[in-house]
Amino acid sequence: MLSNLIQAIFLGGYYAMMACGLSFMFSVMRIINLAHGSLAILSAYLLFVLASKFGINPFIGLLIIIPVMAAIGWLLQRRVLDRSARSGELLPVLTTFGLAIVLDNLMFQRFGADTRSLAPYIGDLSWDSYTLPGGLFIGKLQILILVTVIVVIGALQLFLKRTQLGRSIRATAMDPDTAGIVGIDAKRASAAAAAIAMATVALAGAFLGMRATFEPYSGGPQLLSAFEATVIGGLGSLWGTLAGGVILAVAQTLGASVHPQGFLLGGHVAFLLVLFFRLYRNREIVFAWLKRRQA
Amino acid sequence: MTTAFTVERWTPASRVSFVVIAFVIAAMAAAPLMLRAGNLDRLTALFIYIMLAAMWNALAGYGGLVSIGQQMFFGLGAYFTVRLADFGMNPFASTIASAFIVGGIAWAVSYFMLHLKGGEFAIGMWVLAELTHLLINLDRLIQGETGTSLISMNGYEADSRRIAIYLFALAAMVLLLGILYALLRSKSGAAIQAIRDNEVAAISVGVDVIQTKRKLFVLAAFGIGLAGALWLCSALTFQPKTYFSVQWTAYMIFMVLVGGIGKFEGAIIGAVLFFLIETWFGASGVWYLIGLGLAAVIFSLYFPKGIWGAIEQRFGISLLPIGYKLIIQGDKK
Repeated sequence: MLSNLIQAIFLGGYYAMMACGLSFMFSVMRIINLAHGSLAILSAYLLFVLASKFGINPFIGLLIIIPVMAAIGWLLQRRVLDRSARSGELLPVLTTFGLAIVLDNLMFQRFGADTRSLAPYIGDLSWDSYTLPGGLFIGKLQILILVTVIVVIGALQLFLKRTQLGRSIRATAMDPDTAGIVGIDAKRASAAAAAIAMATVALAGAFLGMRATFEPYSGGPQLLSAFEATVIGGLGSLWGTLAGGVILAVAQTLGASVHPQGFLLGGHVAFLLVLFFRLYRNREIVFAWLKRRQA
Repeated sequence: MTTAFTVERWTPASRVSFVVIAFVIAAMAAAPLMLRAGNLDRLTALFIYIMLAAMWNALAGYGGLVSIGQQMFFGLGAYFTVRLADFGMNPFASTIASAFIVGGIAWAVSYFMLHLKGGEFAIGMWVLAELTHLLINLDRLIQGETGTSLISMNGYEADSRRIAIYLFALAAMVLLLGILYALLRSKSGAAIQAIRDNEVAAISVGVDVIQTKRKLFVLAAFGIGLAGALWLCSALTFQPKTYFSVQWTAYMIFMVLVGGIGKFEGAIIGAVLFFLIETWFGASGVWYLIGLGLAAVIFSLYFPKGIWGAIEQRFGISLLPIGYKLIIQGDKK
């Protein structure tokens, strides 16, 4: 059981890696990008092509793919999401959903239905593990993922707090119009945020490919778990997203120990419970506030 | 200075269109006498598409609730039909009962899902659909992803069964569109349109937003549940994966976006268009899906009002009016 729990924490790190881009974009642009999962699969495929066709190790490949994904993020924001968000807050949901369908099927067209993995291209790392006292095994790759996500989130927080661009992104997140008044180019800040989010998606896609397999239609399930981690952790909070990922993974592990098909069920149930709890608590607060107003 | 004006709801064009619609429905009811079996099945599919589009439009176009999880109700509609039929209920009666059960589930679910906002609601519904799919798989009758069939349908002879399902689908479509139309023209219809145009403004003039949205949510679930049950009647096999596929919602989004979101006529036009595209290009598989996705992207970016929205704006016509038109007859000095 202890071993399962530890594995769950590491799995949670992976979920947080997948979710932090989603959470970051939501907190700045108020857009939930439904193509998020598909874009992660896209970067996994790009790394796969680099590795299988040109013999480039996926870690080296990331040096190419991270900038590529960041550029895609920039273009996505400038060319698509900006325009879509102008006609109301619901349209980006539809636009990005359409985009996900296009991406999924294009990948199917190009790469076929075979499941792929990056594991064969990273040598020992895919199966090597440390043995802890008490006979616990912890995979080196899992540790790498957890450390990476902590570093990424920490770096993002520092970036938001300390740098000029980070501050302008935060200002845009709070109120794009007022940010414009004080001389911040809100569109540029949003595009920069989207580029950063997509850079983390490239990392997430790489880890997805290294620790498991993927196929063209894997984007949907990835989006869902990323979304669940984000919501459980409290929308828009990055460290919260890490906690959300861990809670999600622990709930799935518990679910699996109850019923053989309970892995995903456990996660969904945890997600709904958190939502339920949060709404109930908010309502209490609203009621209390209304009462005070009337008194 | 006084300005003379009259308030008009029915326009000559809308009166004509009502007569035409009555004729079209009558002709469709008589169609089994003339059409071949294959064509009858295709038309049944068209009716189901129109139901799906109209219901998703009611939810998103009028209620401002964009859901990526409507496949949940489609799948549940089919599931409860199989379930009830297995208990020995007549398959057609199961279809109707199933739609009501789905409506009831939606009513219960609405109490917390409707508190979610925008994109959260959209994916939250998707998660709920996945959860439902997993739960359905636990039912022994369904045998996991293997699925099962609506065996009791075999009690009917194939030709008369086909005609019965066709007429049933036609009746269901007319009924649903009628309910939606009546709802939109009623007092809650005014509230619904106020919410569609501006939710905050609607609250400020005293519209009970949640209650109004709940009506649409339950109606949409009922209609989509009925559509799922009817799809099962004509397809006979129930495989959870196909019914709970997010593709259904993708189709709904395509139909409504292209036809015209928030327009009663738009959803119908979108469904007919989707039906034609599917008939002509459905066989081309992946490229067909890429085309649908691309159309959704392009319409949401450049033509968010859809085809009907453009027509309405250009020619100022409304075939099935739900609003009122103010006609100013000029200034009298």
